[in-house]
Amino acid sequence: MQTPLHLIVNEKAYDLAVDYQDTPLLYVLRDDLGLKGTRFGCGSGECGSCTVLLDGRAVKSCETPAWSCEGKAITTIEGLGTLEKLHPIQQAILDWQAGQCGYCLSGIIVSAAELIESDGYPSRDKIVARLGSNLCRCGAHGRIVDAIEAAWRKSARGRE
Amino acid sequence: MMKDSRLPRSIQENPRLENWVDFSVGGTARVFTAKVELGQGIVTAMAQIAAEELRLELSRIAVVSGDTRYSPDEGYTAGSMSIEIGGTSLRIACAEAREAMIEEGARILNVEVSRVSVLEGAVLIDGARSDLDYWNLAPRLDLRREITGHAGLSDPATARYLGKSVARLDLYRKVTGAAFIQDLELPGMLHARVLRPPSIGAHLESLDKSAAARLPGVVSILRSGDFVGVCCEREYQAVKALEALRAGAKWIEAEDTAISHNWAESLPRLRSVDSQTERGGLTGDYTGSIRLSATYSKPAIAHAAMGPSCAIALWEADTLCVWTHSQGVFPLRAALSAALGIAQSGVIVIHAQGAGCYGHNGADDAALDAALLARGIPGRPVRVQWMRDDELVWAPVGSPMAVKISAIVSPDGKIADWQTEIWSAPHGRRPSGRAVNLLGAAHMEPAIPIPELHEDLRFFAGGARNSEPAYDIGHRMVTLHSLPELPIRTSALRTLGGYANVFAAESFIDELADAVGIDALDFRLRHLSDPRARRVLEEVAARAHWRRGAERGTGSAAGIGFCRYKNTAAYVAVIAEVETGQEVRVGKVYCAVDAGLAINPDGVINQIEGGIIQSISWTLKEQVLLERMRIVINAWANYPILRFDEVPVVEVRLIDATQFPPLGVGEAAQGPAAAAVANAVARALDLRIRDLPMTRERIVAASIERPHPR
Repeated sequence: MQTPLHLIVNEKAYDLAVDYQDTPLLYVLRDDLGLKGTRFGCGSGECGSCTVLLDGRAVKSCETPAWSCEGKAITTIEGLGTLEKLHPIQQAILDWQAGQCGYCLSGIIVSAAELIESDGYPSRDKIVARLGSNLCRCGAHGRIVDAIEAAWRKSARGRE
Repeated sequence: MMKDSRLPRSIQENPRLENWVDFSVGGTARVFTAKVELGQGIVTAMAQIAAEELRLELSRIAVVSGDTRYSPDEGYTAGSMSIEIGGTSLRIACAEAREAMIEEGARILNVEVSRVSVLEGAVLIDGARSDLDYWNLAPRLDLRREITGHAGLSDPATARYLGKSVARLDLYRKVTGAAFIQDLELPGMLHARVLRPPSIGAHLESLDKSAAARLPGVVSILRSGDFVGVCCEREYQAVKALEALRAGAKWIEAEDTAISHNWAESLPRLRSVDSQTERGGLTGDYTGSIRLSATYSKPAIAHAAMGPSCAIALWEADTLCVWTHSQGVFPLRAALSAALGIAQSGVIVIHAQGAGCYGHNGADDAALDAALLARGIPGRPVRVQWMRDDELVWAPVGSPMAVKISAIVSPDGKIADWQTEIWSAPHGRRPSGRAVNLLGAAHMEPAIPIPELHEDLRFFAGGARNSEPAYDIGHRMVTLHSLPELPIRTSALRTLGGYANVFAAESFIDELADAVGIDALDFRLRHLSDPRARRVLEEVAARAHWRRGAERGTGSAAGIGFCRYKNTAAYVAVIAEVETGQEVRVGKVYCAVDAGLAINPDGVINQIEGGIIQSISWTLKEQVLLERMRIVINAWANYPILRFDEVPVVEVRLIDATQFPPLGVGEAAQGPAAAAVANAVARALDLRIRDLPMTRERIVAASIERPHPR
């Protein structure tokens, strides 16, 4: 028996149905909504490849049941920015060529997106702490932190 | 036709222009390569090469990469050979296509060839545009002509794209949405999962499918011998169906092999097939010489890509089409054809990008999984997605190794004799038509077992890579004890044996330098006559302000490591600065690299940075653990890798060497980085750790045991 599900993803409302009560948000985003930028990495919240924003807070969609997201605003990498209008962190990642395979990047960009919206003072330590539950296997860490720091500084200056 | 041995191997085996370039799409040059994107930026580099030689804007180049319908057969994307062989081949082919266009244009326009040139595809006479261009000339030009290699190559000094840090063409999509094979969605596609055995060598006694068969969306359940898989309409249905199948499966597990993770002791006890090489001569008189010997080891290491393996297969009539992130679409086609008992002509293999690939991972296995599961459902594409535990447990691993080095240093402080003894399971064990070596084939009925194999120094021996140091030494001997019976499936992981061999040799060089009381940098330089080797060492020492005679045992120190990968590819020198408490922390890493002509300098630097960080992760943290016949690592929690807060600052200096041919870099830094860390740790602790990884437990144990002769 299917369970109805109402989600708001990237500012659009969807009426959906899932086969299992515990269906993680990840599978709904990828399989039902075709939002493939949210990636499967481990299924246990350890790698961060599947990170999305839930009411502005970064969560691992692979271990977040879809039902628990009802009534909340979900933002995926596709909602942050597009090829035509990149989010400042997406732009910075490209400017710094901060990636190799790129599989971890959408989760990292989403994790970091919350930071640069905040009023805090940009610092590398805060970026590194924020990426505490994101993994990268290719060794692009240094460039990724550089890129996020640059984007954050730019955004902080813009607010002054 | 005689093969011209001066031409790169890829051209010898794919000798016609049509194998490499095509102008049938107006305004675009399609170029073909079997070298595929693994996260290393190869597609961008290939586009740069083609754009340069064809004198076209980069945006006019379409790279067709890894497609058995169009690509030249160039084997695997491996061994840091893509630019050296594949890139050089494409460069020669594109230059020749350009010259052919110029000659044809001159003939039609009836002017001397010397007055004709091309720009953005247009044919120019004395610099002025004619009506001719690549695309209206193309129908008159027979691209079936054989490549001669006589066309002039562009001069990097005046190049538009060669040697320029062009931005990666594939990253845009990867930071905005769908980009990977995992993201492909074909019409009518089913989602599948495979039930793997609980341990190596386990056999399926019985399978109760009834619970799984009743679940929503289940389309088919396949059991063939020990191979079990399920296809569903939606992806999470497949995840649930897999759980139900697991609950219904009874396995008989294999006997315990009780292999010890103390690899330096356990590997030499295994049955081995031995081979030996010897170079140079011994003088025979070693009066006053110092003799030293030490044994080093590394464990099995997992590829552990961020995205688990994935493949899609579609059977239509008698044709099988497979989408894969394999490193070799042609060898995979041969292996699939052998495993499935169908002709190669009935198999199409198309590369689609996966997560970072560091060698022979689960990509090929997933391709056969998909083909087996799709076979019974013609017309419907079947997508197999491995779960995290499938990837960590069942993808091939880099072999554990033990390396014993013995040397004699004569009284003048020169190494007179260097003997390396290596114990290793095979590294070069990729799928092929002959060996198959696909996991599903070993599990299905009738099974095609994973082939038992040993390596031999006279042929390709991945375990012996960099076993001879690049130093000037009078007498060198290498003995490879190849181990065919290790129960885990080992195969190619980035650098193959080069990681362990360079870690060992460069650790040992420091031990020798200490024994004769000479600084580690000076001791290396006095054994190096190759100016390019000396240059990277001198450069990195200058950048890192290398201090001779620095104090030991203070808890912080710098260490150095060097190698020329395979003794034929890029030169890399690394200095690592570490701090040691109970754990090793690498704070800063300096690196100098000579890669000859770097097609994309930033791409080279990025590869070196990544190689260093991945190597430090291997060196400090990583080991595949076996418990009885179970590989017990199944999640990031028990296979930890270096995290953002543990990563050092890495500073890479690229030596200007554009006058030399391009050299591969993807595997060049891992050995030197491991050795630099090991040598820094040895100074910081005043204690040599010879077994990897350098975990907290190992450092504590070594400190208690000190001193520790072996």
